[in-house]
Parts: sequence; C-alpha cells; structure tokens
Amino acid sequence: MRRPAVAVVSIGAALALAISACGGGNTSSNNGGGAATAAFNAAVGKIFDPSDKKGGTLRFANSGDWDSLDPADTYYGYSWDFIRYYGRSLVMFAPKPGSAGNELVPDLATSLGVPSDGAKTWTYHIRPGIKFEDGTPVTSKDVKYAVERSLDKQTFTQGPTYLNDFLDLQGYTSPYNDPTPDKLGLKAVDTPDDLTIVFHLIKPFSGFDYFAMLPATIPVPRAKDSGTNYKQHVVSTGPYMFQTNNPGKNFTLVRNPNWDPATDPNRKALPDKIEVQLNVNADDIDNRMLANPPDLDVAVEQTGLQAAGQAKVLADPTLKKNADVASLARLWFAVINSDVKPLDNIHCRKAVLLAADHEGYQRAYGGPIAGGDIATSLMPPQIPGARKIDLYNFDANKNGDDAAAKSELQQCGQPNGFATSISYRAERPKEKATAESLQQSLAKVGIQLTIKPYPLADYGKLYAGKPDFAKNNQLGIIIYGWGADWPDGFGFLQQIVDSRVIRPQGGNTNLGIKIPAVDQLLDQALQTTDKTAREKLWGDIDQQVMENAMALPGIWAKVLLYRPSSMTNVYVNEGLGGYYDFVSLGVKQ
Amino acid sequence: MTIDAGTPADQSAPFGELPAEPAAGTVGVRIEGRSLGRIAWNRLKRDRVAMAGGGVVIFLVLVAIAGPFILLAFGRRPNDFHQELVDPSLQLPIHRLGGMSWAHPFGVEPVNGRDLFTRVVFGARISLLIAFLATLLSVVIGTVFGVVAGYFGGWVDALISRTMDVFLAFPLLLFAIALAGVVPDHAFGASGDVLRIGLLIFVIGFFNWPYIGRIVRGQTLSLREREFVESARSLGARAPYIIFREILPNLVAPILVYSTLLIPTNILFEAALSFLGVGVRPPTATWGGMLSDAVHYYQVAPYFMIYPGLAIFVTVLAFNLFGDGLRDALDPRAR
Repeated sequence: MRRPAVAVVSIGAALALAISACGGGNTSSNNGGGAATAAFNAAVGKIFDPSDKKGGTLRFANSGDWDSLDPADTYYGYSWDFIRYYGRSLVMFAPKPGSAGNELVPDLATSLGVPSDGAKTWTYHIRPGIKFEDGTPVTSKDVKYAVERSLDKQTFTQGPTYLNDFLDLQGYTSPYNDPTPDKLGLKAVDTPDDLTIVFHLIKPFSGFDYFAMLPATIPVPRAKDSGTNYKQHVVSTGPYMFQTNNPGKNFTLVRNPNWDPATDPNRKALPDKIEVQLNVNADDIDNRMLANPPDLDVAVEQTGLQAAGQAKVLADPTLKKNADVASLARLWFAVINSDVKPLDNIHCRKAVLLAADHEGYQRAYGGPIAGGDIATSLMPPQIPGARKIDLYNFDANKNGDDAAAKSELQQCGQPNGFATSISYRAERPKEKATAESLQQSLAKVGIQLTIKPYPLADYGKLYAGKPDFAKNNQLGIIIYGWGADWPDGFGFLQQIVDSRVIRPQGGNTNLGIKIPAVDQLLDQALQTTDKTAREKLWGDIDQQVMENAMALPGIWAKVLLYRPSSMTNVYVNEGLGGYYDFVSLGVKQ
Repeated sequence: MTIDAGTPADQSAPFGELPAEPAAGTVGVRIEGRSLGRIAWNRLKRDRVAMAGGGVVIFLVLVAIAGPFILLAFGRRPNDFHQELVDPSLQLPIHRLGGMSWAHPFGVEPVNGRDLFTRVVFGARISLLIAFLATLLSVVIGTVFGVVAGYFGGWVDALISRTMDVFLAFPLLLFAIALAGVVPDHAFGASGDVLRIGLLIFVIGFFNWPYIGRIVRGQTLSLREREFVESARSLGARAPYIIFREILPNLVAPILVYSTLLIPTNILFEAALSFLGVGVRPPTATWGGMLSDAVHYYQVAPYFMIYPGLAIFVTVLAFNLFGDGLRDALDPRAR
C-alpha cells in the first residue's frame, strides 16, 4: 500500500505548494476561492475550490464533548484529524484527495520509519528546527516521553493500546512512577541523540508506520505535563495553539508563532483562527450549516447529516450540490453467534444470510446514497487486499433468496425455521431499524426473532460481547459495526475475527467469530513481510469467515457530508477514514 | 324509585337537593328517596363536557379492545413494511402528506413505511391496558392500607403512614429505568411483551398507591367517628363487618373519582417510559415509542409525531374531563 516513490513525489509537490504559499506569490490557482462551481461529490477524489488564501475564522461544532484533547487519550477519528492542527506525530496520512490520502508521509520525522532486525526495530529522524509554542526546540526525548505517558492506561484510559501490545515494555507502566530522574526509563524506545528515536518491538510488525501515525507520538514537553490536566492546555507543535479552552463548552485556536512552515510540507494553515463549540444539538448543527449564509462551517464529528438534514439536502438540488458522499472504511454487520442452537449448525447460519433483506439493511442505515453499499463480505472495498467475495449472491438477491434459505433450513434439520433473538444497541435508531427489518425478512422463512436492545455503553462488556450472557440469553444474531483505525487489513480485520480476543469477561471487539483456520491465517499474515502476499491473506481471511457464515455483512458505510459555501480547499481524505481533511480547509474571504 | 310521571320534582330539583318533603296530609303521592348513585348520575348527565369526555373514553376503550381484531381481519398488521411507499434515499414517504391515502389514513412511517393508523390503534391497546391495570393495582393496595391505617390508628397507622412517605419520596422514574435494565428476558415465568407489560404495570401501580392510600386513610379517619359507625360498634359489630359494610361503601365515590384521574397520569407515565426506551420492546407499537422514533424526523415528517401525540393528548384530556365531571357529580360541595 505504501509506495515510497509516490510518497516522495507527493512530498515534493506539497513542498512546492508550501513554498509558493510562504512566498505570498499569487499563482493562477491562487484565487482565494469563489471560482469553483459547486457540484454533488465535488470534494471526493479531488479538491473543491483550491485556495491558498490565508485569513478568516473556521467554525467547528461538536454534538457532544471531545473524548479528550490530550494526544495520549483520544481515540475518535475526527479527533485524530483535528489534532494535527496543534500536534505533529512522526508520520501522517498524506493531505491529498482520493486514494493518495491512504499513503503515509513523514511529518515530525524526515522520512518514514527505517526497519531493521526483521521489522522488530524501527528508526526515525526528527526534522531539525521544530519548536513548541513557547519556542523550546522539539527533541526525540519529547517524543519518547509522549509515548511513555500514552502507555499509562490507568491515567489515560481511552487511547488505543497498539503500542502497549507491540513495544518491548519489559514491565514499564508509566512515566509517573518511573524511578529514573529524567522519567525516560522505557527501554523499548532509545534516543541516541536529540533528533533520533528508535523503537524496539517484541515481535516483527511490518506496519509500524501506522503506529507512528498515532497521536501518541506527538511530542509532549515533560516540564508542562500535568497528567490528566494536560488536556486543558496541550502544548502545540502544529500551526495553531490553544487560546481559550472552556471544557464542555468551547475552545479557540490561534496561530502558533513558533510554527515554521519551512519545517512542515503538509499543512496549509489557511485560517487565522479556529473556533470549536461543544455539546451543540446535532439537528441544530445541520441547520446552521445549511443556513444562508452559513453560521457554521464544519460538523467536527463527520458522522454525516442527521435524518432531517439528509432529507432536506437530497431533496433540494441547490443544497445537494454542496454535499459529498464519503466512503468510510466501516462495516455495519451482524455476528451470527454459533454458541446459540441451532446456529451451531452451518446450514442454519447460511439460512440467516440467505433470507436476510439486504436492501432493508441498507434502508435502516440511510439508503443507497447516504447509507452505503450492500456489503457482500467483511472488508470494505477500499482497503488494500479486499477482493469481491459474494458467496451468497447478495448482489443478485437484494431482498434475500427465500428458496435457497429454505433448502439450507432443510439441511439444518429445521425445515419450519427456528426461534432466536437479535440484539442491538438501544441508543441507536439505525440498529433498531435493522433489527426490525431482519425480523420481518427472516420471518418469511420461519426464523422468528425476538428483538432485545441493550445499553450502548455496556453492549460489549456486559451484554452481547460477554459470551456467557449472549449464550444464556439466546442472542443468535448480534448487530454491530466496525471501523478500521486505518485503512489496512490488520487495522480492520484482526480485532473482529481473531477468536483469541474473545474474553469470558466480555469485550468490544470480536463478538463471537470463532474459526481456527482464520486464527492461523492471522498469525501467518503478521509474519509475512511481503506486502502483496500479506494483503492477499487478508482477503483469504474474509473468504473464510464468509464460507463459515459466521457474520451477516450489512453495509459498507458511506456518510453524507455537507460543505457550506464558506469553505475553500475541501476534500475527503481516505486515509483518515472518509473525513474532510481539516488541516487543508480554508475560509472564503 | 320513581315519582309519578309528570311530577316536575325531578327536573326542578337543583343539583343534589332532595325533593322537598311532601306537605303534611298530602296522601296518595308516594315519594321514594333516590340513591346517591342515581343523584350523581343525574348530575353527571347534565354536565355536557364530562359526558363528552366519557363518550371519548368509551370510544377509546372500544378501539383498544376491538380495533386490533378488526384491522387483523382486514389483513393489517402493525409491523408490516410498505417499503414501496418510501423513497429509499430521502427515507421519507413518496406521496404527499406523509403518504396519506385511503389505504393509509394517517400515512406511513419514514424508513420502513409501517402504517401509522394501524400502529396508533395497536398502541391504544398497550397504553390503556397498562394504565387501567396499573391504576387497579394502585387502588387495591391503596384502599387496603388506607382503610387499615385509618380504622385501626395507633402504631399501625404510624407504620403505614411512614411507609407511604418513603414511597412518595421514591425516585420512581429512575427506578423504573433501572429495573427495566436489570430484569432479564425471562423472569417470573414470563418473557417478551408479557413480561415487559407486567413489569410496567407493577412499577407504575405499585409505586403510586400511597396517593390513593392517603385519601382513603383520611376519609376513613373521619368516617369511623360518625354516628352510624358508632352505633354499629355499640351493637357489637366487629371490625371486618364495620369496614366492609359501613365504611367501604362510603369510600366508593372518592376512590372512583381518584381512579379516573389516575388513569391519564398513568398513560402519560407509560408514554414517558416508552419514549425513554424502557417500556415494551420494539417492534411492538406504543404511543410513547412512536413519539421517540418520530423525534428524529420532526422537521421533515411532522405528521409522524402528530398522530401518536394527538392520541395521547385526546386520551388524557378525555379521562381528565370525565374524572372532573364525576367528582363534581359525586360531591357537590367540591364545586
């Protein structure tokens, strides 16, 4: 997936852009926006209204609160997109439209990671001249310190645990109980000099650059670290720094005087100021973006328009031309729980897959435009290694194949169907609609479903994700969804199909897919350093899961984004997972 | 029971006043006393607002009992999808006014196109069933404890009164939400909708009894000091006889009035619980649950919210009007 040649070219192009921007020269494309004609999907695969014009205020709103502004403690995709305004990790996704955005490019580092020792050791060199907002130079020790604190899951409970799982920790837990005087006791990370950082892993991992993309590698100055309170004022390394921060209400970012565009080929930094409002009603956010002139520029969560906003935009051609449909590396699906009789029989599981109304599933999530495409297997098509797998002819029988389902029921020994339960997350109306749709469609072949909602917060831990509970409550079908942390087979598949991540005490990852052959293929893939061979293995795993009928794929998700006319330089970044690339956005003057 | 036809006494008697004593010496016209129930009925008949409310209540009860059977006979099931009537991309009904037509008089739901009319009718069944049975439970418990507390007094009264205070201070809504979350799918020998409905009846009924218990206790306190109770007691009547033959008949009126006013409160409470998602599980139609679904569409499909909202509004209003009229009829001093 990462083709170095392309990456180098892209850096060059980005550098050229950045230089021309600093020079202040007005090139022909540098018209400050306004000339572009709005059209539906104009910001997908290309840049809508390209601009280098600086100035203005970009206005964001969030329908909830941030999980955390602290780079060690954040796990929302939108937050990983936004954090690049005030933090620079070792590498980042290329700020480009289309599939070019899937490429990783160096950010804080001078190049992508250099592997040695069979991909067990990774070395990065930090660009010279990068400073914190107070003027202190950034060193490799600041990156190491940031990684150390991100390992402390007692203090920072929300961030990902990839580094905990892959670094050779040797028992290290936290810089806050680190006996060494400079609090840099982690042996897994070396800093031979101020601009070099070396990571030592416990097992080979060819995709380590994705870990270097995590916000956990954004440098944190130890002198300013206040543990859980650091999120009040994160010290910036990016083009913007915090001016005000009222937790739960709003915050404002202004230009960081110590950010040097010469060190940063990736960020355009067009607006002068960035305002974010928190806890704003989601329908209100839509209405304010749809207003003329817009009262708001970006719905920061990027989860798409609400039901009402969607209906308004799609029904009105003048609004629709300001909308984009972004493909997400996300699957809405249902696990078929083989612990529950008679679904231990593969023919009964196949009957569920065959009888399901795929169009109904699609409707439940918002229909063909804003909901997504009918999924025929697990892996979304934009993930490298995904291949078309349609074992049960979903594409041909969009409303289910009742005859085939009945014949599977015969083979299963349940010719008149059977009864089981279907669970969903109570707070999600779309999952409720899915459960109701499946209840209707499976009833046609005699499979009777009892619908059981459970609270979202404990869905994995106490209910559907707890094997005992799911078995005792006859949860034969478990409605769920999964998004990749990054567009890669490992990032997408491993956590939902590896039977070894199923734990008796419950969990939010694999809700019941148990296939020994898949576990073996996963191990094989992690050891395969050849990219093409590895990517083929992800497809094989997908095929295995479908052959065993362990999951009912629902929808490869899309999201209907609205781009108010106040914004310039808009495009969807695929690497970030189908979000507008925040760091490139500008304001129409 | 009746006076001779043509005697104007019946019409001329203003509310509740007994007909004037016949003049001494008038012979031949036999006047019977009219029962309290008769008097109240006559008063109620004159209260047009209350009668209208009562009419709507009877209509709703008929709809709730017979409506689903009639609809099923016509092949209308509340959970059937009519996806052909909904635009898949907009997720809204294709036809104007929310898809209203002869086949779907209230239109259809967004997304799946379920028939709103059928769902509102089926929702009436759940709402009224829960409200009636919960009220019955409150009334039975409240009357038993209220009479016992009021009649026996002393430590029994103290104990029951303090218990009522505890129940009144109970955060009912929070408790209901928590209980609905922890009760498993199979419990007390029931499962599915039966269990959920039973649970709602229990929660709403069991925690509302102190309101009626207090009223009954107060009435009993005053009744037990009245002469007819004194005389019964002096004739050797024992407690059960006095309670059942002397006191309870006099409590019927306040209990009846209070029940009629409690039903709409319970309908609203059930709607609130369904709205919060702790009531009966989908896809069973309830008014509160429909409102909860409609919230996401209020800007683009307002009719979806109007019909279940209107159903709740009309029902609660009808019960309240009828209950008010009943109170006035049974107790003229309350006017």
